[in-house]
Amino acid sequence: MALPEVKQSATEARLLALTLPESGCLKAARQAALSRVQTMGLPSRRDEYWKYTKPDTLVQADAPKAAVFHADEVPMFNAFERLNIVFVDGVFDAEASDHLEIEGLTIDRIEDICCKDIHWAKDLYGVLEARGQTPVERPLAALNTAFASDGVAIRVTGKVSKPLNFTYVHSDENSDAILHHVIRVESGAEVTVLENGPAASRFNKCMEIDIADGGTMHLVRAQGRDHERRAATHLFARLGTESVFKSFTLTVNGVLTRNEAVIELTGDDAVAHIAGACVGDGDFHHDDTVFITHDAVNCESRQVFKKVLRNGATGVFQGKILVKEGAQKTDGYQISQSLLLDDDSQFLAKPELEIYADDVACSHGSTSGAIDEEGLFYLRSRGVPHAEATDLMTLAFLAEAVDEIEDAEIAADIVSRLEGWLARRR
Amino acid sequence: MLEIKNLQVKLEDEDKQILKGLDLKVEAGKVHAIMGPNGSGKSTLSYVLSGRDGYEVTEGSATLEGEDILELEPEERAAAGMFLAFQYPVEIPGVGNMTFLRTAVNAQRKARGEEELSASDFLKEVRAKAKTLKIDADMLKRPVNVGFSGGEKKRNEILQMAMLEPKLCILDETDSGLDVDAMKLVAEGVNALRDENRGFLVITHYQRLLDHIKPDVVHILANGRIVKTGGPELALEVENNGYAGILAEEA
Repeated sequence: MALPEVKQSATEARLLALTLPESGCLKAARQAALSRVQTMGLPSRRDEYWKYTKPDTLVQADAPKAAVFHADEVPMFNAFERLNIVFVDGVFDAEASDHLEIEGLTIDRIEDICCKDIHWAKDLYGVLEARGQTPVERPLAALNTAFASDGVAIRVTGKVSKPLNFTYVHSDENSDAILHHVIRVESGAEVTVLENGPAASRFNKCMEIDIADGGTMHLVRAQGRDHERRAATHLFARLGTESVFKSFTLTVNGVLTRNEAVIELTGDDAVAHIAGACVGDGDFHHDDTVFITHDAVNCESRQVFKKVLRNGATGVFQGKILVKEGAQKTDGYQISQSLLLDDDSQFLAKPELEIYADDVACSHGSTSGAIDEEGLFYLRSRGVPHAEATDLMTLAFLAEAVDEIEDAEIAADIVSRLEGWLARRR
Repeated sequence: MLEIKNLQVKLEDEDKQILKGLDLKVEAGKVHAIMGPNGSGKSTLSYVLSGRDGYEVTEGSATLEGEDILELEPEERAAAGMFLAFQYPVEIPGVGNMTFLRTAVNAQRKARGEEELSASDFLKEVRAKAKTLKIDADMLKRPVNVGFSGGEKKRNEILQMAMLEPKLCILDETDSGLDVDAMKLVAEGVNALRDENRGFLVITHYQRLLDHIKPDVVHILANGRIVKTGGPELALEVENNGYAGILAEEA
């Protein structure tokens, strides 16, 4: 079927501004992804999946300018041992990065996949993204697979002693970055991956994660504080038997963020937890779109999303649990909540369950509310000033999502970032 | 210490007068009890004094050591030395009891220009005080009042009172929802805080609590006014004859 004309021309305009990278063995994968983009067309406001979030600035040919924000504070995830991998405006910075060698895993840039003949990466690149295109199209992810200019391939073979820490530096106010990472966690292996920083004025990031039987991966992201930055990220994860994937995302500021997570539980007894906390003030639009497919027996999935919104900020949540036929004993949980600190802010939620098995437990809930006045008065009556009491109540609201982070040090880092944000806005 | 003169209060949302010219004086070192039937204005009095929204003072004044408290924010009243033990302590999911206590203690100290308590000094003090109230380490760690039994909530109020060392303590129906043993424990906690510099205003329906917290003065509040004041024997009279008897007498 031909695309509507507006969509067709917007897609063509965007594609004209891009060149397909020379990439030898990945050429077929990139070509296939490009065809997917051409067939689907890039998102437009009329698409059901983009009903609550305007994709225009994510799609337009050039990235809208975004001022670089200089914060005089300690970088995230600075207090503990980690392996640093640094990208500046979407380009790997070897100087700023650590020597990428650590026991239990290998890291290579995607441009080296072919010359080093890294079979697993060649076989994974674009595969989970392509699988994630049904039943809902995600054209920006296909665009990423086709045009990603950098990224890494990580293979985890053992229990890695310290976290990998991706730092995405934004230095050019016109930067437009497309990064694609592929991660394979082998059977019984375990790794923690951290990501922080805005990356670019406009950032399109895709992460494909394949976790083999009994593998474990923790992912904690902090998306950077640059006020004008825009980001569309995709997380595609496939989980094998008894594997575990837990992710948490913190978003403070950023004019537009769309975080999609597409999780497939393909092996029995697998566990996937996807959580997020965001705080937005003013010109802030934050969208969490999650699609979890249960395709095996006795798997557990958990979605916990909390948004604090003020001064006209907007939060969106589209979360779906699909339980396929035969995925018995599924335990699915989904909660999305917003704390609206004034009448101008809004939260749009679309929780969905689609279940084709008859022995499952799935629950979902979504709420929007103001700060609990009773609790506020109680705190104040004990001498806690109004602003401090409001912050305490706000952090308490976010706690359920932050609690999803298993590592106490990492969680403490996230909390202190939130405390700083709140304190600056009193 | 606390002086209330001709206090008249109505509900903000509806045109309903609750307190109709209440006069009351609580001296330092004394325990005053206020008794009264349902709807007489007992809880309104405690809320107006602590600064809760929803009430409008139309007439009269309330001062704490000469300072007009009705003009102050709730946290300023707390820093000035006022404490209300809630009839229904509020549950606050996500805020740890210990964090809450430390924040409150230090906020008040800061407001008074005193130095904040160090983490270790605070911990020492809270542990010692919690022990006498039979509050275990687990209760201190849990979110404020969440999943606490009725007795635990009231003991937690008294712990806050002990930590904050207020000048004036208002106890709003602290006996409600308590069994005999829990009531004794709470009363012991309150009695331990009695001293010559601190005043108490104990609001209750029943004489029962006053067996354990012996009042110096008992007031009967009815229809928004203090209608009778006497010694501890007045509480016994209520117990024996009910409010109806006393009110008929006064009418």
